[in-house]
Amino acid sequence: MKPSQKEWISRLVDGLLPVFATLAALLVGAVMLLFLRVNPLQAYAALWEGAFGSSNALAETLVKATPLLLVALGICISFRGDVINIGGEGQMIVGALLAAWLGLTFTDWPGWVMIPAAMLAGFIGGAVWGGIPGFLKAYFNVNEILSTVMMNAIAVQLMNFLLRGPMIDPSQAELASKIPQTARLVEAFRLARLAPTRLHLGALIAVILAVLVYILLWRTTLGYRIRAVGQNPHASRYAGINVKRHIVMALLLSGAFAGLAGAVQVFGVNYRMITDGSASGFTGSAGFNGIVAALFGQLHPIWSIPASVLFGALLVGANSMQRAMQVPSALITALNGLVVVFVVSSEIWRQRRQRRRLASAPETESSPGSGAASPESAEEAV
Amino acid sequence: MISDLFSVTVLVGILASGIRLATPYLYAAIGETFGQRSGVLNLGVEGQMLLGAFAAFYVALKTGNLGLAVFVALLVGAVMGLAMAFVTVNLHAQQGISGIGFYLFGLGLSDLLFQKMLGTVETVKGFPKVDIPFLSDIPGLGEIFFSQSILVYGAYLLVPVAWFVLNKTTLGLKIRSVGENPEAADSLGVSVAGIRYFTITLGGTLSGLAGASLSIGLLNVFQQNMTSGLGFIAVALVYFGGWRPWGVLGGALLFSMVNALQLWIQVLGIPIPSDIAVMMPYVLTILVLVASVSRVRAPSALTKSFERDE
Amino acid sequence: MKKFTWLMTVVVALSLILSACGPAATPTPAPVEKFRVAVVMPSAINDLAFSQSMYDALIRVQNEMGGPENFEIVYSENMFVVDDAAAALRDYASQGFDLVIGHGSQYGSSLQEIAPDFPDTSFAWGTTVDTFGLPNVFAYEAASDQGGYVNGVLAASLTTSNVIGVVGPIETGDAKLYVDGFKAGVAATNPAIQVNVNYIGSFSDVALASEAANTHISAGADVLTGTAQMVVGAIGKAEEAGALWFGTQSNQTSLAPSIVVASQVYHWEVVLDEMISMIKSGTLGGKSFVINLANGGEVIEYNPAYTFPAEAGALAEAAIEGIKNGSIKPLP
Repeated sequence: MKPSQKEWISRLVDGLLPVFATLAALLVGAVMLLFLRVNPLQAYAALWEGAFGSSNALAETLVKATPLLLVALGICISFRGDVINIGGEGQMIVGALLAAWLGLTFTDWPGWVMIPAAMLAGFIGGAVWGGIPGFLKAYFNVNEILSTVMMNAIAVQLMNFLLRGPMIDPSQAELASKIPQTARLVEAFRLARLAPTRLHLGALIAVILAVLVYILLWRTTLGYRIRAVGQNPHASRYAGINVKRHIVMALLLSGAFAGLAGAVQVFGVNYRMITDGSASGFTGSAGFNGIVAALFGQLHPIWSIPASVLFGALLVGANSMQRAMQVPSALITALNGLVVVFVVSSEIWRQRRQRRRLASAPETESSPGSGAASPESAEEAV
Repeated sequence: MISDLFSVTVLVGILASGIRLATPYLYAAIGETFGQRSGVLNLGVEGQMLLGAFAAFYVALKTGNLGLAVFVALLVGAVMGLAMAFVTVNLHAQQGISGIGFYLFGLGLSDLLFQKMLGTVETVKGFPKVDIPFLSDIPGLGEIFFSQSILVYGAYLLVPVAWFVLNKTTLGLKIRSVGENPEAADSLGVSVAGIRYFTITLGGTLSGLAGASLSIGLLNVFQQNMTSGLGFIAVALVYFGGWRPWGVLGGALLFSMVNALQLWIQVLGIPIPSDIAVMMPYVLTILVLVASVSRVRAPSALTKSFERDE
Repeated sequence: MKKFTWLMTVVVALSLILSACGPAATPTPAPVEKFRVAVVMPSAINDLAFSQSMYDALIRVQNEMGGPENFEIVYSENMFVVDDAAAALRDYASQGFDLVIGHGSQYGSSLQEIAPDFPDTSFAWGTTVDTFGLPNVFAYEAASDQGGYVNGVLAASLTTSNVIGVVGPIETGDAKLYVDGFKAGVAATNPAIQVNVNYIGSFSDVALASEAANTHISAGADVLTGTAQMVVGAIGKAEEAGALWFGTQSNQTSLAPSIVVASQVYHWEVVLDEMISMIKSGTLGGKSFVINLANGGEVIEYNPAYTFPAEAGALAEAAIEGIKNGSIKPLP
């Protein structure tokens, strides 16, 4: 099974394709920068500097990548089960709300009890918010794209309601300004930090979970069944798998990881919940960007790690480029869009090469040792 | 105070608001329906709408020519649609994610152009209300149905046209067959790529028009991210409508009317927290779909790219 | 992981090439006397609302101080993601700006974390009164209820239908303060007038804001007001229906010159001037500021193109005087 040298190089090229695609998108971005009379080289140097230029920059990149990875893990599960979860934003919010409530209510618990409990609360909150669309899809044929889009909007209003009402910071309740935020978590509940940076324990939790999700998907019956239902529901039904239950499970687990991402943001980064009225104010759009990260990572939990870091770096670096060069943030948004389009478009070359390899040496190409699914199945899931 | 809801003013108000609010959803969701019927999910609707909205607004502001403004919005939407078609049809890119990419691109570019070409929020003279003779004089109903801007009428006329094209023409048959079974369609000589190029470009064009209906029809203003999630709701409404134009119309009206209702609930001072009132259209849309227990099946080839075996 | 290692190596190599080609990205060190301000804002600098009010004020300060050579402004706009804003604030602080402003109440929590790490940098945030007891944090707030009250008085004397409509984002913060002040002003002038309030649950949904305005008009309102950046849609609807409009945060007259009566405009430069002079004399924080009618930080700017009866104007001026001398308190 040891791949030949030629094949190894060819796989390497595959792995690098997203990077080449990103560079190509940045090249188009350079033209746009020239129109704005900004030196693209300086701008991109600032982007690099902001993402990897110092230990603090690297830490910021990892902090940004953490919720992306957690959401991406959930996306790996749901998309493998052929359910499209675009409700990550809402699931993050509900997970965070439940975790924050726990942390603010039982302030006398020791930290080593609270932190796992809060992570579990986030997991459960997200599971509920993801489970509802799953249940509605399985038993009422309500399309999950519709329900998850709607559930995002509902979660935002729920957050606004709770943060300006029942869960408001008691000190704010008395002030005229009434900032819609909760009280701060006590020190003992905060995730350990690698001072002086903001890098927190959540990053490690996310990486460990990536391994666990890999095991779940390829080494457990549940994971096998979710994938089987995703690939062929009819055959699965004949094989005696309860298809409906596994559709619910796929969305429920997917929501749970997004909910956990929300809890990690509260306990690791913000130490409280604040709303600016929108979902992305709290989530940073990780619920959407996590989908992109998962697909960059071929819907594979382990590959999602570098994919999340790459995408996190782009987001962090773009912000510091905006600061350094004073380019409008709108350009950065457009640039991110280009990167996504270019990367997803570059897939075709990887698939072509893989097919050529398959044709030349069919026996060596069982699913690679890591267990990555074929690109075709990834494509079907989206 | 709840009884206030049943006065004529309120009911007329809800209907009129609902009809206006549904307009951009209709354009965008009908366009998306064509795409999905041919097997392509486009999540980039919002980005196409924003670019269309800006283009129409800018042209209307600089030239005052509303016809030209609409034309440019259609053109911009079509170009965005063509790009999406190229990426999904020729490059077989995953549809959902490339849509998100186009959304981000449209969101950013429309804002960038707005900042560099206008610099500040301005208003423009958009399409005026057009009273349809006689009909607009009917008390109550006249105001609701026959005293709207031409872009509103257009959205509702689009529904039967779309239904006709999809169900009663050869083109519609080809679109549906490409969405259900591209291999079979291909073997019968239908160009899968051609049909998909057509539907995705049409979808982009209509999304551009949806944007124009906001910026020079209903609101007469442009602001960054002015669609604020509207495009995603439009995609959701395609599912609500079960990929049928009339169903989409029902969904768009339901969502918009409930939205109008919650505005009235607040205006009448009915004691519900504002956030809970704002939730109503989203909750009800889901509940109605649950209650109707629809058994409509998605186009079989939806989200799957097609490649001829060589 | 091999692929990833490789990937990173290539990225590093490419970036080295890039940075080698490009001119050095580090900005030239500023002359000592130049005052440098960095501001992080939640929306766009041209939103005709909250963010623009700060940007315009900074530009006015810059002009007072003799232009960009003496007063440098850098900004990050659209930083609605709280987490990104925190990164921006920390970055600006580490670049040695004299004053780093987080212009949004959602940034306070981040400043509380960051400020202690940069004891030589002055920070400011608003709208709030809370400096966290830190020696290098200023807080600022707008008594938007005061301008709201005056707008309310004027609105009450101009309505003929005795119904007034209000469009707000979410029911909190600066928006709620303004709306409550506005309602108090109306009630004090004519308690028979009905004020209908609509919070649309979003700062960006222009379409819903404009439909909210339509709803108010259908409910009989002939005077409207609203706060936050999404009201630009509502102003257009007021114009179509011939209803009057009262603005807040920035001057909104340009959007509909025929119907905008007055705008409460924030002149943060009142606060900024004081902060800057304190910083120059070595006090980096610990004080909270309020802009209000009395200190000139809030100004009711009338639309010269719109004329209203002298009695109404007199009532408004009396309200302004009353609030200035403390005889009128908009909110209990």
